Amino acid sequence: MSTSNELLLEAKGITKYFGTITALENVNLKVHAGECLGVVGDNGAGKSTLMKVLSGLYKPSSGSLYFQGKEEILESPKDSQNLGLEMVYQDLALAGNLPIGENIFLGREPTKNIGFLKFLDFNKIKELTNAHLGKLKINVKSADQKVEELSGGQRQAVAIARSTAFNAKVVIMDEPTAALAIKEVGKVLDLINSLKKTGVGVIVISHRMDDIFSVCDRVMALFQGTNFAESELSSTSRDEVIGWIMGKK
Amino acid sequence: MEEKDNKKDSLYLKLMPYIERYGILLLLVLMILVMHILQPDVFLSWRNVTNVFKQISWQSMLALGVFMVIVTAGIDLSVGSIMMLSLMVLAIVAKAGAPWFIVVITPLIAGFLCGLFNGAGITLLRMPHPFIMTLGTLYIFRGTGNLISGGTPISGFTDEVRYLGHGRIDLQWLGLEKSQYLPVSLVLIAIVYIIFWFFLNHSRTGKWIYAIGGNPSAARASGINVNKILIIVYSLCGFLSGIGALILAGRTDSGYPNAGLQSELDAIAACIIGGASFFGGRGTVLGVFAGVMIMGILRNGLNLMDVSSFWQQVLIGSIIVIAVYIDVLRRDLGTRK
Repeated sequence: MSTSNELLLEAKGITKYFGTITALENVNLKVHAGECLGVVGDNGAGKSTLMKVLSGLYKPSSGSLYFQGKEEILESPKDSQNLGLEMVYQDLALAGNLPIGENIFLGREPTKNIGFLKFLDFNKIKELTNAHLGKLKINVKSADQKVEELSGGQRQAVAIARSTAFNAKVVIMDEPTAALAIKEVGKVLDLINSLKKTGVGVIVISHRMDDIFSVCDRVMALFQGTNFAESELSSTSRDEVIGWIMGKK
Repeated sequence: MEEKDNKKDSLYLKLMPYIERYGILLLLVLMILVMHILQPDVFLSWRNVTNVFKQISWQSMLALGVFMVIVTAGIDLSVGSIMMLSLMVLAIVAKAGAPWFIVVITPLIAGFLCGLFNGAGITLLRMPHPFIMTLGTLYIFRGTGNLISGGTPISGFTDEVRYLGHGRIDLQWLGLEKSQYLPVSLVLIAIVYIIFWFFLNHSRTGKWIYAIGGNPSAARASGINVNKILIIVYSLCGFLSGIGALILAGRTDSGYPNAGLQSELDAIAACIIGGASFFGGRGTVLGVFAGVMIMGILRNGLNLMDVSSFWQQVLIGSIIVIAVYIDVLRRDLGTRK
């Protein structure tokens, strides 16, 4: 089903060396619109290096990236953001002292001109925030609430909302449920599912089989920097995927 | 039951920002009341109130500059030395016979350049903490000020140069007496504080200054050029210290080697009393103003009552500790653990 949708992001033959260490070797990856790809692998398998290549933080030693069929060379995270590719970092990257709305628009705040001076447009920030949170069915008391007053799950929701506020086409999430209380995990997973329904392609890096099996459509395993195995979720099992992580087929 | 809880919760949430924002003003009003009761004839007299504002005029500039730096979770120990160096540059340029409009600009430029030096050092030399860079420049700037002036006072400026620190706005057209004038420095404080309030709360750069203090890696991930913003903040802090030098030149009619000695500590104290957090991202311009006023009123009131300056030191120190303890309690209530 999902594979019939548009191919959004494709990585071909990505190789990355750090000095004499080979972090990634000839890795391929594909994400379609409305699809969730799970990326699993042991520590040091190359998951985070791959994500950093995709987000433009690292330049690959060789290999190429295609976005909506067009080859792109990413010089910085700004380039990937401009294409509609967003990262949700494990440490959430939110400023706790600022309200929800200002976090979502941090660095890209709407402004209005009064004379020759540019002022922040707080009404617009609030309006856009409420509309966006509503679309993602995220419940918070008010867009003016400071992020430090939120629970871990709400913060993760704000981080995800932040990544999708600017028409993101692909969202990459690094361990989205790692820091959460058990009762909040379900809410974040629901949010990922509703994100898929809006046509966004999602890449989830996770150790938790529960996460992978409740939101992903496809799962790929990295092992020692190479593509080790890949499958539609419907035709694999938890035990098999756990085996892949440990390098067993 | 749950609805009732929610109501209570939301009332609390609504009140919290106001307590956070205006709590310090309550303390200020309380102090004014106490002083008025203790010194009913003198304390709230026109003469004494303008005197307080004249006394805090240049300190309020240093405090505002240091406040912005503290919001970024940094510190600037060099503001007193920046002010002294700017004052010496002003004195030398004035003595060389430059026209007043040149003399007036020189401390602002000198202060700005000192701040730029701090900012560049902290970011480009990747100092582990701004404390170290500005501790270094605390010595460097004061030493430079003494080198260029020979370590001796330089006195005597023209009225134009002294206007901001010494000028009076006559209010006789309002039917007031001649002694009931408005010090120009008071108007200057108001203008500068309002401009910086707008800058910090309503501009993108201002918002980013708070964001850097809240979480520098979040700011970086949002595409904010953190180093550039930090350089701007330290430069503005230097610039404000330069304004302080210009006011001080007007007040004292002299450039002297001990100008602003230890005033960096007063500036930091005013920020802390006013509710700024050393961890960054927290504090308001209004709070800093209240902090400066509290210190000014305390000194003034104790002087009026003939309390020794040793007691003043003990009291100011105690107020710092108490104010921060209140802040700790408030945060325990306000933030989820």
